[in-house]
Amino acid sequence: MSDATRQLVENLNALAAGLFLLTSFGIVAMRQARGCLTLFIVQSLLLAASAALLGLRFGSGHLYGVALVNLITKPVIVPWLLRKVAPAGLYTRREVDQVLNIPTTLLIALALAIGAYFLGVPLSRAVGMEYQGPNVPIGIAGLLLGAFTLTVRREALPLLIGLLAMENGAFLAGILIAHDLSMLVELAIATDGLIIVFIVGVLVRAVAQQVGTTAVGELASLKEGPARRSAPEAGP
Amino acid sequence: MSTIWILIPPLIAALLAGIRTPRAWVPGITVASCLVVLALAARTAWVVAAGGSVTADLGPAWANWVAVDGLSALILLLIAFVATTAAIYSIGYLAHGDLTLVKLRLYHANFNLFVFSMLAIPLIAEPTLVWIVVELTTLASALLVSFENTREALEAAWKYVVLSLMGAGFALFGFLVLFAAMRATGGETYTWAGLVAAAPRMPPLLMQTAFLLVLIGLGTKVGLVPMHTWLPDAHSQAPSPVCALLSGVETTSILYVILRFFPIMQAVPEAHAETWALVLGLISVGTAAFLLLQVHDYKRLFAFSTVEHMGIMLTAVGLGASAHYGAMQQIVSHAVTKSFCFFAAGATLLAVGTREIVAVRGLIGRAPAAAAALLLGGLGITGAPPLAVFLSEFAILKAGLATGHYVATGLLAVFIVIAFFGVMLHVNRMVFGTPEAAIPDAAPEHAAGHSSLPISCALALVLSAVPVLVLGVYVPAPLNALLQQAAAALSR
Repeated sequence: MSDATRQLVENLNALAAGLFLLTSFGIVAMRQARGCLTLFIVQSLLLAASAALLGLRFGSGHLYGVALVNLITKPVIVPWLLRKVAPAGLYTRREVDQVLNIPTTLLIALALAIGAYFLGVPLSRAVGMEYQGPNVPIGIAGLLLGAFTLTVRREALPLLIGLLAMENGAFLAGILIAHDLSMLVELAIATDGLIIVFIVGVLVRAVAQQVGTTAVGELASLKEGPARRSAPEAGP
Repeated sequence: MSTIWILIPPLIAALLAGIRTPRAWVPGITVASCLVVLALAARTAWVVAAGGSVTADLGPAWANWVAVDGLSALILLLIAFVATTAAIYSIGYLAHGDLTLVKLRLYHANFNLFVFSMLAIPLIAEPTLVWIVVELTTLASALLVSFENTREALEAAWKYVVLSLMGAGFALFGFLVLFAAMRATGGETYTWAGLVAAAPRMPPLLMQTAFLLVLIGLGTKVGLVPMHTWLPDAHSQAPSPVCALLSGVETTSILYVILRFFPIMQAVPEAHAETWALVLGLISVGTAAFLLLQVHDYKRLFAFSTVEHMGIMLTAVGLGASAHYGAMQQIVSHAVTKSFCFFAAGATLLAVGTREIVAVRGLIGRAPAAAAALLLGGLGITGAPPLAVFLSEFAILKAGLATGHYVATGLLAVFIVIAFFGVMLHVNRMVFGTPEAAIPDAAPEHAAGHSSLPISCALALVLSAVPVLVLGVYVPAPLNALLQQAAAALSR
C-alpha cells in the first residue's frame, strides 16, 4: 500500500470514528424513539465502515468478516426482530419528560467524551500498535455514552439502543486493539446481540400488556422502606 | 472422557421441553438431565481432586479453549448439585393447577438453557467466550425472573437485564483490552492459563484497566455494592427454585470469572487487585448487613444475605493466600445453604401465600415443615454453629487475624454478627411470633392452604439439608483436596 493510500484510509477511518461519536451524542439526546433506532443503524454502518477500512489498512481479511457481520445483523436483523417481537406502539413513542433536559444531558455527555479521550489515548499508546487511530478514545466514549443513555432514558426502545450502543462502542475500540480475535468469538458476540434484542423485546411486550406502558424506566414499586405499596394494614 | 459432554444433557432437555412432549414428562426430563449432569460433574471433580487432568478432546486448534482445574471443577459440581435439587423442587412448586402448558414449557426450556450457560462458565477457558456465556446466563434467566408475570416480577426482570447487560458492556471492553495486553507481549493462547503465563510481560496499564472494567462490569452481576440494586428485586420475584439457582450458584459462577483475574494480577503488584477486593468486599458486607434490618419481604431477606456473602467471599480473597481456602469453603457453604434457604422460603410461600414478613406469624403452628426449614435456613445462612457457613466464616476470620488484617477482620466480624441478628430477628418472629388478631390477606400470590408440602419439595429440602448439616462438622477428604486445589488456583 502506498503512503498516500494509507493516509487516505487512515483519514477515512478517522472520519468514520468522528461520525460514530456524533451518533452516540444523538442517541443520548434524540427524543423520538424511531430516531434513536435510525441513529443506531447509522452508527452500526459506521462501525462496519471503520472495520473494513482497518481491514484494508492492516491487510486483514478477518476485519472484513467483522464488517460483513455488522452489516447484516444490526441494520437488517435488529429492526426485523423488533418488528416481530416488540409491541406495536414502540416506535411512535416520544419522550417529553426526560430525567434531565437536553442541554444538561448534552453537557454531561460532552464531559464524558472528554474524559474518554484522556482515558483512551494512554490506553491506545500502551497497546503500542504502529497505527493508533481515534478508535480507542471514541470507542470508550461510545461505551460511556451508551451507559449514560441507560441512566437518562425511560422509554424501552432508547434503553435497548443504549445497551446495543455500548457494545458498538466496545467493538469500535476492539477492531483496532483486538483485531485478530477469533472469528468464532466475533460471530458469537453478534448472535448475542440478537438474543438481547429478542429477550428485551419479549419483556417489553409483557410489560406493555401487563402494565400498559413502554416507559419501563418508570417502573419503581420494588424498594425497601416503610411505605410498601402492598404492605397490609395492621388489623381492621 | 471429554468434559464438554456435560453441556449436552441440558441442551437436549431444553429442546425436549420446548417440543410436543406430554405435560407429565416435562419436569421429569429436566430432573433426568440434571441427574446426568450431576453424575458427570461429580466424576470430573473426583478425577481432578485425585490429581488427574481433565481436558476436552476437541482437536488441536480448540484444545485450549476447554480446561478444568480444581477451581472450575468445584464450581461445576456446585452448579450441578443446586440445579438438581432445584429441578426436583420445581416439580411440586409448579404443580398448582392454573399453570398453562405453554408456561410450563417456557419454564423448563429456560431452566435448562440457564443451567447450560452456567455450566459453560467454568468449563470454557477462553475469556471472550466466557463473556458470551455470562451474557447467556442473563438472557436465559430473564424470562424465569419475569415468570410470575406480575408488575413487580416484570420490573425486577427489566432491572436485572438492563443492569446486567450494562455491566457486561464494560466487561466486554475489559476482555478486549486484556486480549490486546496479551497480544502486545506476543502471547498466543488467549486462555486463563495462557494469561497467567504471559502476565509478567504484559503492559501493567492495560492489565489494570482490564481488571477494573471486569471487576465493575461483572461485579454488577455478582451484586457487589453499589451495583447491587437489581439483585434483591430479581432474587425475590423469581419462582423459588429459580431464586435458589440465581442466588446459590449464578452469583458465584460469575464471581469465579472475577477470581480468575487474581493469579494474573499478582504479576502487577502496583495494581493492588487484592486491596480492591478487600474494600469492595467489605463495603458489600457492611451495606447488606444494615439493609437486612429493614426488609419487608422474606425472600428479599435472603437476597440481601447473598449480597453479604458475595462481599465475604471477595473480602476473603483480598485477605491473601491463607484465606483462600476459607473463601473456597464459603463458596461451597453459600451455594448449598442459600439454595436451601430459598427452598424453605418457597415452602413458606406455598403455605401462607404472601411474601410479607409482617403477615407471617407463628408459622410453626400452621406449617411445621416450612417453619423448621426456614429456621434451619436462617441459622445456616447466618453462620450459626455447627452448620456449614459457620465453619467457612470461621476459617476466613482466623486467616484474617493470622495475617494481621486486624481492622478488616474486625469489621467483617461485626458485619457478620449484625447480619446474624438482622436475619434471625425476622425469621424468629415469623416462626415463633404470636399471630396478631387477624392476619390480613395481602393478596395471596399463590392459592394459600397448601398446608402439606408437595413431596418433591420436601425431597429437595432434605437433599440440600444434607450438605448444610454435614459440611459443618466434617469435610470429606476428596472435597478437601478439591478445595485446596481451588484455593491454589487463586495464586500464581
